[in-house]
Amino acid sequence: MATEILMPALSPTMTEGTLAKWLVKEGDTVSSGDLIAEIETDKATMELEAVDDGTIGKLLVAEGSEGVDVHVPIALILDEGESADDIEVPATKAPVPKEEPETESVDEPTDAPRPAAPKPVLDADEPELGETAELTVREALRDAMAEEMREDDTVFLMGEEVAEYQGAYKVSQGLLEEFSGKRVIDTPITEQGFAGLGVGAAFGNLKPIIEFMTFNFAMQAIDQIINSAAKTLYMSGGQMGCSIVFRGPNGAASRVGAQHSQCFGAWYAHIPGHKLVAPWSGADAKGLLKAAIRDPNPVIVLENELLYGSKFDVPVSDDYVLPIGKAKIEREGSDVTITAFTIMVGKALEAAERLAENGISAEVINLRSLRPLDTETIIKSVQKTNRCVSCEEGFPFSGIGSEISAQIMENAFDWLDAPVARVTGVDVPMPYAANLEKLALPQVEHIVEAAKAACYRA
Amino acid sequence: MAARKSATAKSSTSKAKTKKSAKSAKRSSTAKEPTVDQQVQFYKDMLLIRRFEERAGQLYGMGLIGGFCHLYIGQEAVVVGLQANVLVADTLITTYRDHGHMLAAGMDPKGVMAELTGRIDGYSRGKGGSMHMFSREKGFFGGHGIVGASVPIGTGLGFAHKYNEDGGVNFCYFGDGATNQGQVYEAFNMAALWKLPVIYVIENNKYGMGTSIERASASTDLHRRGEAYGIPGRVVDGMDVAAVYKAGQEAVEYVRSGNGPIILEMKTYRYRGHSMSDPAKYRSKEELAKMRGEHDPIDRLRLKLVAENVLDEDGFKEMDKAIKARVTESAEFAQSSPEPDPSELFTDVLRDVA
Repeated sequence: MATEILMPALSPTMTEGTLAKWLVKEGDTVSSGDLIAEIETDKATMELEAVDDGTIGKLLVAEGSEGVDVHVPIALILDEGESADDIEVPATKAPVPKEEPETESVDEPTDAPRPAAPKPVLDADEPELGETAELTVREALRDAMAEEMREDDTVFLMGEEVAEYQGAYKVSQGLLEEFSGKRVIDTPITEQGFAGLGVGAAFGNLKPIIEFMTFNFAMQAIDQIINSAAKTLYMSGGQMGCSIVFRGPNGAASRVGAQHSQCFGAWYAHIPGHKLVAPWSGADAKGLLKAAIRDPNPVIVLENELLYGSKFDVPVSDDYVLPIGKAKIEREGSDVTITAFTIMVGKALEAAERLAENGISAEVINLRSLRPLDTETIIKSVQKTNRCVSCEEGFPFSGIGSEISAQIMENAFDWLDAPVARVTGVDVPMPYAANLEKLALPQVEHIVEAAKAACYRA
Repeated sequence: MAARKSATAKSSTSKAKTKKSAKSAKRSSTAKEPTVDQQVQFYKDMLLIRRFEERAGQLYGMGLIGGFCHLYIGQEAVVVGLQANVLVADTLITTYRDHGHMLAAGMDPKGVMAELTGRIDGYSRGKGGSMHMFSREKGFFGGHGIVGASVPIGTGLGFAHKYNEDGGVNFCYFGDGATNQGQVYEAFNMAALWKLPVIYVIENNKYGMGTSIERASASTDLHRRGEAYGIPGRVVDGMDVAAVYKAGQEAVEYVRSGNGPIILEMKTYRYRGHSMSDPAKYRSKEELAKMRGEHDPIDRLRLKLVAENVLDEDGFKEMDKAIKARVTESAEFAQSSPEPDPSELFTDVLRDVA
């Protein structure tokens, strides 16, 4: 039997890749360990090795093919005595099943009138998108940094693998080439040290962008972020302050376990003296990061690894800057308010779509900023819908949802027709097993269920 | 106090010297002895710190100063001798035993004392207290309350000096207690790797709060703590202001020439407890008496100046009187300045976006 070579998963979050180049041709003999192909992932170009000895019988995927799903056969290796002509080419063999969106909870269609087509509600402070380009979130973040670095010589980027490696998640791709090693600086693995060094540089009138490879590692540096960066303006009676950005991916990625999968939204939102934003779309990413870099205060930008490869229409203008502290109503609705930030916005929108099929009109608020929190937008929405579901990936206890619940109770108690519901990650360290991880994370159906319960439609 | 000299600092980008190894920087002292005028100034500067701290201790006892209050009495020669080498572009950062550093940086004793009493005319408008004071104008970047945390920050100020090519050097002061914090070594590594202009001044007063250095550190040669990173270190008699001044000259020359950081271990001693509430029972009366009697930096300089006929007793009396008057003035100011208005509670949390 010929051995199938499958499209490999080369990172925890990879779902597909490009077969950039074949390094062998049909009929070549290969030994285990020989390089046979170059695979481009969303993060890097990797070489694929043969894992068996034999002869390359068929190349099933053409060089240059994009979007090849992980685990799809890309080549066949013949056993001794086998000939390429002997074997049936599994040309359209079904790929290993990906996780399809669950459909078990689709309800019976109702006769309720379908809500009007969803549309975002734009606040007066919301800048026009203007001309846009389809970009990934990682490109939007990179553009935001590059544009601000061109504008202001005091802006520099520092972190692990940001320069020569082009970013652990390719966010800083091309920046070293454009801005040189003076302004794009690889650090040793020393989070507390370079976070503190960044604060000192900011005291020295520079504008550092400190990248944490993930916010999990920023826990090593949290003393510098809070005690040194956030508090010094106050402790100095207004003399010091520092303009500094701490950014990087936050929250769960995919199967990386408890120490690498945590949302720090509630942690940093708790602290006075800095600002905290959490972009979802490409426009959010660009507009909020640019605002963060220009801000005279410390600003923490919680990104999400799973969104880095997502494509959005992103404004091309250098002047696209979003106001920090303003939420965006991504979808207007009248029956229930759903608040979400970063990756949960996408899930909330999906939930709203499903709710619409059930005749429930959900208003989805993309919080964008967690400190300051745009309480006004939430309250106004709840005064209209009389119900609220808060979504976050973080732990439930003392989470962002707890704060939103309290704000609503204090400011819109009389408008409530149902208790505020919280959809959160579960209260355990993140498990590794695929099924358990999925159970630990808030899913679209949880939002749908919570919204229906709030509408007494369960 | 020691004025920040206005001479233009030399650029720190001299490539020829950056190859110098840690070893070749050793010895062959070219440092100049302090002039007579400088020594008189050292005396005044040290005495101002001593009298200021004594008064702060008094005000603490009267309940006028709250919280933690860490006095610098005994260590005056360290900051006075080093700050005499400072140029305008240079910056200074330290931990929480910071009153002496502020006075040596030229900050107004009235503003420092008023901060200690928590009044609106304090350097931080009463919102920082003893451990958190700053003066951008004087290049003093705090005043930090977390042991070790100021070391990466000072290194970052050094990074900014290099990035801005302003010729400045950061004087990064910390105690022996901080030298076992991990982030100190993270900072050493980056400073050496990137040849940042930082002078790490370890004020080894032998005790991290109540724990002697022997009980806290596997290696007590603190000047050698940079060896793994190729950072040269010197031991200096921190109770001898002239020795400190000369060591500072050499260190500044080395660092300003683009060689990267250097460590100065200042052997010093604090006469008081760690803070006002520390009875200091972990050391003997004899030990303290010996340091005070034989090594006091102010007495030593006074004897020297008398022996050299620079000043007679009347001259000293006059100087003492003037300093005492200055301290009294600061204490009165600190008691008459009003407490911050309640509205101050909510200001200075964030800067307004332009």
